[in-house]
Amino acid sequence: MSVDTNTVRKIASLARIAVTDGEVEAMTGELNNILGWVEQLGEVDTDGIEPLAAVIPNQLRLRDDVITDGEIRDRVLANAPQAEHGFFAVPKVIE
Amino acid sequence: MTELTELGIAQIRDGFRAGDFSAREVAEAFNAAVAGAKGLNAFIVETPEHALAAADAADQERASGSARPLSGVPLGIKDLFCTDGVQTTAASHMLEGFVPTYESTVTERLFLAGAGMLGKLNLDQFAMGSSNETSYFGNVISPWRRNDGGNAPLAPGGSSGGSSAAVAARIAPGATGTDTGGSIRQPAAFTGISGIKPTYGRCSRWGVVAFASSLDQAGAMARDVRDCAIMLEAMAGFDPKDATSLDLPVPEWEANLSPDLKGKTIGIPNEYRVDNMPADIDALWERGIQMAKDAGANVIEVSLPHTKYALPTYYIIAPAEASSNLARYDGVRYGLRDLPDGANLQDMYAATREHGFGAEVKRRILIGTYVLSAGFYDAYYTKAQKVRALIVRDFAQAFEKCDLLLTPTAPSAAFALGEKSDDPLAMYLNDVFTVPSSLAGLPAMSIPGGLDQAGLPLGLQLIGRPLDEQGVLNAALAIEERAGFTARPSPWW
Repeated sequence: MSVDTNTVRKIASLARIAVTDGEVEAMTGELNNILGWVEQLGEVDTDGIEPLAAVIPNQLRLRDDVITDGEIRDRVLANAPQAEHGFFAVPKVIE
Repeated sequence: MTELTELGIAQIRDGFRAGDFSAREVAEAFNAAVAGAKGLNAFIVETPEHALAAADAADQERASGSARPLSGVPLGIKDLFCTDGVQTTAASHMLEGFVPTYESTVTERLFLAGAGMLGKLNLDQFAMGSSNETSYFGNVISPWRRNDGGNAPLAPGGSSGGSSAAVAARIAPGATGTDTGGSIRQPAAFTGISGIKPTYGRCSRWGVVAFASSLDQAGAMARDVRDCAIMLEAMAGFDPKDATSLDLPVPEWEANLSPDLKGKTIGIPNEYRVDNMPADIDALWERGIQMAKDAGANVIEVSLPHTKYALPTYYIIAPAEASSNLARYDGVRYGLRDLPDGANLQDMYAATREHGFGAEVKRRILIGTYVLSAGFYDAYYTKAQKVRALIVRDFAQAFEKCDLLLTPTAPSAAFALGEKSDDPLAMYLNDVFTVPSSLAGLPAMSIPGGLDQAGLPLGLQLIGRPLDEQGVLNAALAIEERAGFTARPSPWW
């Protein structure tokens, strides 16, 4: 499988990264190089092999069912580019 | 008295306890060394006041007759660990100016053990790189230079390149690192120091800026094996805040160090004899084998048949996890926001991520987004996780025949800055010997084994069974004692 410039534009849009035309051209070549290289995995017979879920067997734990929001609103907001009235603020999304 | 910056972690700890010097004297000596080594660009932020405060607390405790495991020891902290009140950037523009309001579990443990912080160490951006050339804050320069009289600046390895450069230059006695595909071991090898990545789950990932969560693991970088054991003991341990943290006691790795390898079998994986391996690396590996035999080990050949598929597997899984983890940088909650005039929310996301991420980070996010996208998920990601299962099985089968594996750490000595930066694939291939054990979550360590013909350090890697850090440390100690590696870079910085 190889990607073309339209696919790269679509991936960049899905990843929410703005790209220039020049970047799309460059990335198309780079991505095809890397994807061509990883496709050698097709040689490996993986019939009947379960995909790996965890490298080290580990029992998943349940925590106590209690509220843990921490009462630390201001610390949570401390690094926000824009915080107003105790909330994260973003550009208007409804006209 | 020896200059204090000549001392390693164990020597500082023991000398401090014996009253040979004060913790403040040690902190001042290293703070001065850090301040005088700007040419390395190893630190993004220096925190001399943190090191001094920890030192003063240590001196007071000693006066009242008590000491903690790392009292008096100042350390460098890779700038991937969140530090309360101290800027944490992951070497990115995205997180420039980000000041965490909490402490990562690993640094909290180190500080509770008495350690101080010299500063936050430079790295490849979001830990993505093998040369430290992707940092937004400039390249770290290795303290080493080739003996050919040229002054070509060399890569300190990556991603923990600030950590490796700082320890090798003796401006920090030890430093934290993180390892996703070799980011502790390869830089340790490039700079003639020791570095251990423990079993996945030994060190909490809480508060460590995430790259690829199924692979990321913190570890210790220091001048020798004992110092790594001391540091790792303080860093490791169960943390309920990390769902993959192992709920196991931390062994007394330092107390149980032993260089006697009688009764141990060490496997040499055939598939690690790659094409075009420099003769210096082959010779180093052979010397490592002889040293292991001399220490009493039985050495056998073993096979890890899926080795050649480890790198392509890694370069599907790691970017996939990265694209998911780095989705959090949206310009809303923390980090950079780029809001062009008249932009809507979607434009803001796209502009923020365009300007906040460097080229390598974007490359990996795009690969990850592609391999996880509808219609391609099974062909790439599921396939890679299946091959990963086979790689894990290879190791398990090898460990039925042997206790440890011995390999070179990297296929070359340090390369010059710029030498591989135009070719992502060539850069990725530098991790050929470290990535397989990362995919399997195994403990692995690099120790210096000797110099190549250009006078640059080369590393040997030991890989152990899950949870057998002790076996790895002991074999590393046996080789360290025999290698007698004393070379160090001459200060130019």
